[in-house]
Amino acid sequence: MNIAINAIKIIFIFLLMVKIVPLLVWVERRASAFIQNRFGPNRVGPLGLTQLLADLIKFLFKEEFVPKDAKKTLFYLAPILALIPGALAFGAIPLSVPFSIPIFTFFNQQWGPYVIEFQSYSLNFSLVFILGVSALGVYSILLAGWASANKYSLFGALRAAAQVISYELALGVSLAGVLLIYSSFDLQTIVSAQQGVLAVAVGDVLHKVSFLPNWGIFFQPLGFVLFFIAVFAETNRHPFDLPEAEAELVAGYHTEYGGLKMNMFYIAEYGHMLVGSALMTVLFFGGHQIPFVSTAEVSQFLLSMGVGAGWLSFLTALTLFSVFMFKVFVFLWIFIWVRWTLPRFKYDQLMQLGWTKLLPLGVLNTIITAIILFIFK
Amino acid sequence: MTALFAILFLIFFVLCFGALLLGVASILGPKKSKSAIKSSSYECGLPSFAQTNNVPVKYYLTAILFIIFDIEIVFIYPWAVAYKDFLTAGWGLYILIAMLIFIALFLYGLIWEIRSKALDWH
Repeated sequence: MNIAINAIKIIFIFLLMVKIVPLLVWVERRASAFIQNRFGPNRVGPLGLTQLLADLIKFLFKEEFVPKDAKKTLFYLAPILALIPGALAFGAIPLSVPFSIPIFTFFNQQWGPYVIEFQSYSLNFSLVFILGVSALGVYSILLAGWASANKYSLFGALRAAAQVISYELALGVSLAGVLLIYSSFDLQTIVSAQQGVLAVAVGDVLHKVSFLPNWGIFFQPLGFVLFFIAVFAETNRHPFDLPEAEAELVAGYHTEYGGLKMNMFYIAEYGHMLVGSALMTVLFFGGHQIPFVSTAEVSQFLLSMGVGAGWLSFLTALTLFSVFMFKVFVFLWIFIWVRWTLPRFKYDQLMQLGWTKLLPLGVLNTIITAIILFIFK
Repeated sequence: MTALFAILFLIFFVLCFGALLLGVASILGPKKSKSAIKSSSYECGLPSFAQTNNVPVKYYLTAILFIIFDIEIVFIYPWAVAYKDFLTAGWGLYILIAMLIFIALFLYGLIWEIRSKALDWH
């Protein structure tokens, strides 16, 4: 039974990620239209929302096409492999508090009680795990570019790979400050350390700032900015989307892909955006916590609203999950907003920024954090 | 152990999901006749010429540098997690100076790399 619950949960969280993608595509198309003074998709259904469904049906009925020179197996394998890193990384992020199911009877048999965590699997090294698996995204990009046997694809893939690995350094080193503050690789520990109002310990005295929540961004402002920029580059989004520079490379590594295969690359890209936004929320913005409101108070409020005791823990978890998703959507909106606002970098500027500015700044941030912790221990 | 099984299950499920999508699309999609022009690789309107999979050596250099620096950053991580324990145990100055020496070497390597124009993309 436990295995079945876990399997359903894992599939549910993966499908959640896949289902957010068309929604994001719709938001992106509408937002770009709004920013550029156009209408965008507004014909199919209310506000054009069923455009997603129409697109899916269209993709399903497209011809599966492989160019003559392409390596066929790798060509098909690349989009499937592209889905894995995002799915694995998203599974390790704590989406909400654990909830419990009380004892119930089903087919004349007693089941439960179960305590279910609101994430696919809880690891005590989840931060390192996420960094590790999201780095695997390079492989599918390189495979796609190389297997297409097209020079635009190849160069798009090479650029993407060089960019992703370069910014991974900045990404990794910007998180060292967070690790210094929270002394843990476990995202659940990091989230629960961000409860309540901002509290800074100097020696034995605890100074409290009552009008700010205890979020990581107030301890690591520079770390957050570096992480934010690095995530943009990691996801190959504007202003760092050199792999897809239309004027030079047509469409980058997925030039030869069409239909559902191309759509799977989109799912991978938006999945990476989702993971990046979720990481920013968890590390710097208190995860699923409502500022100044504890989990017990949320339960109290739901009880006073007349929620039954059996559903209480589940509804509490669901409420906090929606808070988490709200924070994530704010970041996703920033991703989209930036894309339609800023112009693209040049490639040498991109590499210069990553290696000679973000990386030393990240190291500086680590040293400063360590020295401040040492002085005010 | 359960986490490992969950991860393996998720990988398996994602692979099946992707294969299913491609399978459904290839069944439902039209099967048109193939012409030589259509199945050649995309080339901005010109007839495509032989494809060489040559990779500029610059990218290899970046990858090698990445491995070196990434390993150095991985060394910072356990230090960062254990730092507060060392502080409370009274070994703060020792571990701080140890890391400062390490980071000085790290930055020396980075400056050397920039000075030797390994990162010039002009």
